[in-house]
Amino acid sequence: MLAFIVRRLLQSIVVMLVVALVAFSLFNFVGDPINNMVGQEATTEQRAELRERLGLNDPIPVQFLRFVGNAAQGEFGISYRTARPVADLIAERLPATVELAVTSAAFALTLGIVLGVYSALNRYGWTSRFVMTASLIGVSLPTFLIGILLIWIFAVNLQWLPSYGRGEVVDLGGWRTGFLTLSGLQALILPAVTLGLYQLTLIMRLVRAEMLEVLRTDYIKFARARGLSNRAVNFGHALKNTLVPVITITGLQLGSIIAFAIITETVFQWPGVGLLFIIAIRFVDIPVMAAYLILIALFFVIINLIVDLLYYLVDPRLRVETPAARTAA
Amino acid sequence: MMAQTDSSETPLLEVLNLRVEFPTRRGTLVAVDDISFDIKPGEVLGVVGESGAGKSLTGTAVINLLEPPGRIAGGEVRLKGQRIDNLPQEKLRHIRGRQIGMVFQDPLTSLNPLYTVGYQLEETIRTHMNMSEGQARKRGIELLSEVGISAPQDRIDQYPHQFSGGMRQRIVIALAVCANPSLIIADEPTTALDVSIQAQIIDLLKRLCHEQGTAVMLITHDMGVIAETADRVAVMYAGRLAEVGPVQNVIKQPYHPYTKGLMGAIPTVGQKLERLTQIDGAMPRLTEIPSGCAFHPRCPKAFDRCDTERPDPIAVEESKVACWLYDDARVLSGETEQ
Repeated sequence: MLAFIVRRLLQSIVVMLVVALVAFSLFNFVGDPINNMVGQEATTEQRAELRERLGLNDPIPVQFLRFVGNAAQGEFGISYRTARPVADLIAERLPATVELAVTSAAFALTLGIVLGVYSALNRYGWTSRFVMTASLIGVSLPTFLIGILLIWIFAVNLQWLPSYGRGEVVDLGGWRTGFLTLSGLQALILPAVTLGLYQLTLIMRLVRAEMLEVLRTDYIKFARARGLSNRAVNFGHALKNTLVPVITITGLQLGSIIAFAIITETVFQWPGVGLLFIIAIRFVDIPVMAAYLILIALFFVIINLIVDLLYYLVDPRLRVETPAARTAA
Repeated sequence: MMAQTDSSETPLLEVLNLRVEFPTRRGTLVAVDDISFDIKPGEVLGVVGESGAGKSLTGTAVINLLEPPGRIAGGEVRLKGQRIDNLPQEKLRHIRGRQIGMVFQDPLTSLNPLYTVGYQLEETIRTHMNMSEGQARKRGIELLSEVGISAPQDRIDQYPHQFSGGMRQRIVIALAVCANPSLIIADEPTTALDVSIQAQIIDLLKRLCHEQGTAVMLITHDMGVIAETADRVAVMYAGRLAEVGPVQNVIKQPYHPYTKGLMGAIPTVGQKLERLTQIDGAMPRLTEIPSGCAFHPRCPKAFDRCDTERPDPIAVEESKVACWLYDDARVLSGETEQ
């Protein structure tokens, strides 16, 4: 178990180094950073001096190591556009994205599992047929279209919910949360639904397919033959066996929820890191782009690590160290 | 048409004219066609037949566990005189496990891999018996030791994958008998096991059922197992019953031409034969069941009537045989020389 965690941590570090290399190469390949930093009037001496001061004359490996060292300490340099430390910019914006992602993941997971189980158990019922058909819409409509449609219906026509922004936020020791105010919660609904709808349909269809698969197995038939109640069979035995693939997909999807929040954040002008990234691209603000890249990679790596550990909790077959069947009958 | 062969004992299980159908797009398949038999308390009834003869379906139909779209289309199943084929699922589940235990073919897939053996035992025990967790666990340990698992107090907390196939089948049997059912339906309980372990499992089933007075419906295609275990044998062919009778009769002196063919195909030690006798042809598919007696195209003794009329079981001594050879008129005229 411990060896497994250590091995996975080492793998994660390798992944992070590769991502850091990509992020680092942004600085060198997307234009000359000095040009972006100094004005038109700067003299050649000034440029050379700045170049020396920033360490851009050092050999590339040295520069890379310095970049990694700084990044490990959460230091990503100064934003070209706002002239503020990138770490501060991200720290300001991160709560908005995390709250949005967590809310939509919770929405997608709860509703996805409930609807998936329901439509598997009532396979031929009207409701589940309707839900399955409706889920096709969720899978096939692009996120921005869903967002715009929701805005059109609930913000423009019905005027129930705000169409952009985060509403009022409360500062909790540096973490600005929208969970504690009514306008914050209202503003969260539309973006969270938009972001979570695709995941919801995906999880629902996955749970349904897995559940149908498990319900056909011998141990479910045997559980019924033992006279267990429907509830024990469906939820105790069947649902738990569908969880491993569901955890995998949910883990991966949670990563993409954070990564692809960019589109939703743009549609709803949600002040999160995704929007920050879009603006950074427009202004070729390379330190922000590099930091965003590394941050998203970090999320993916951490989530995958957690997913792997969850397998151990769910499936006892992964836990044993000794080979199966120690005693012959 | 069903009469008791032995009227002194009331049957534990009565199956009357049972019919199992599978509606498909190309019409309805009749997988079990008009089958009647009974099992007395404590009796072991062997059910034999080729693959696809409807043995397993008959077993699952008795506790109404058919997988949709399969369904019971006719007939009755009675347990201790009470009809159980038309009970709602919620009532039926108090019969499953409690009155009728079931053992399936493949022990590797019969247990839920995510729960410990103890969890699955305690769960079943507490479903059927009013016991506390502690009592249920104690009974679980006793059961494991009864089915021959050593160090049960340690092994009860292990997961199914930590046991071998034979051990798992012992656990499955422990699960099937944990509420002291009066009948166990064992659906090919040894087919998936090594030959050396098969005998142990059969011995275990025999011992447990003998101790508890439990009746067994033993579905198998292993005639050796039948010969040494069963009291009576039912032979199935193409979803129908060919012959039912005491084990000695069926094995030593079978009446139905199909049973004769089946017995001739079993090699015996000390008998020198160039080759085993075999029945020509194959069992028909469910979509192409012949008219009259389903066996007549393969039957060496078939005559005109077999092609047109379906024989009902006819009592011949202690057996019942579905064959026109034993129709009274013919028996009287002495045409049934064997």
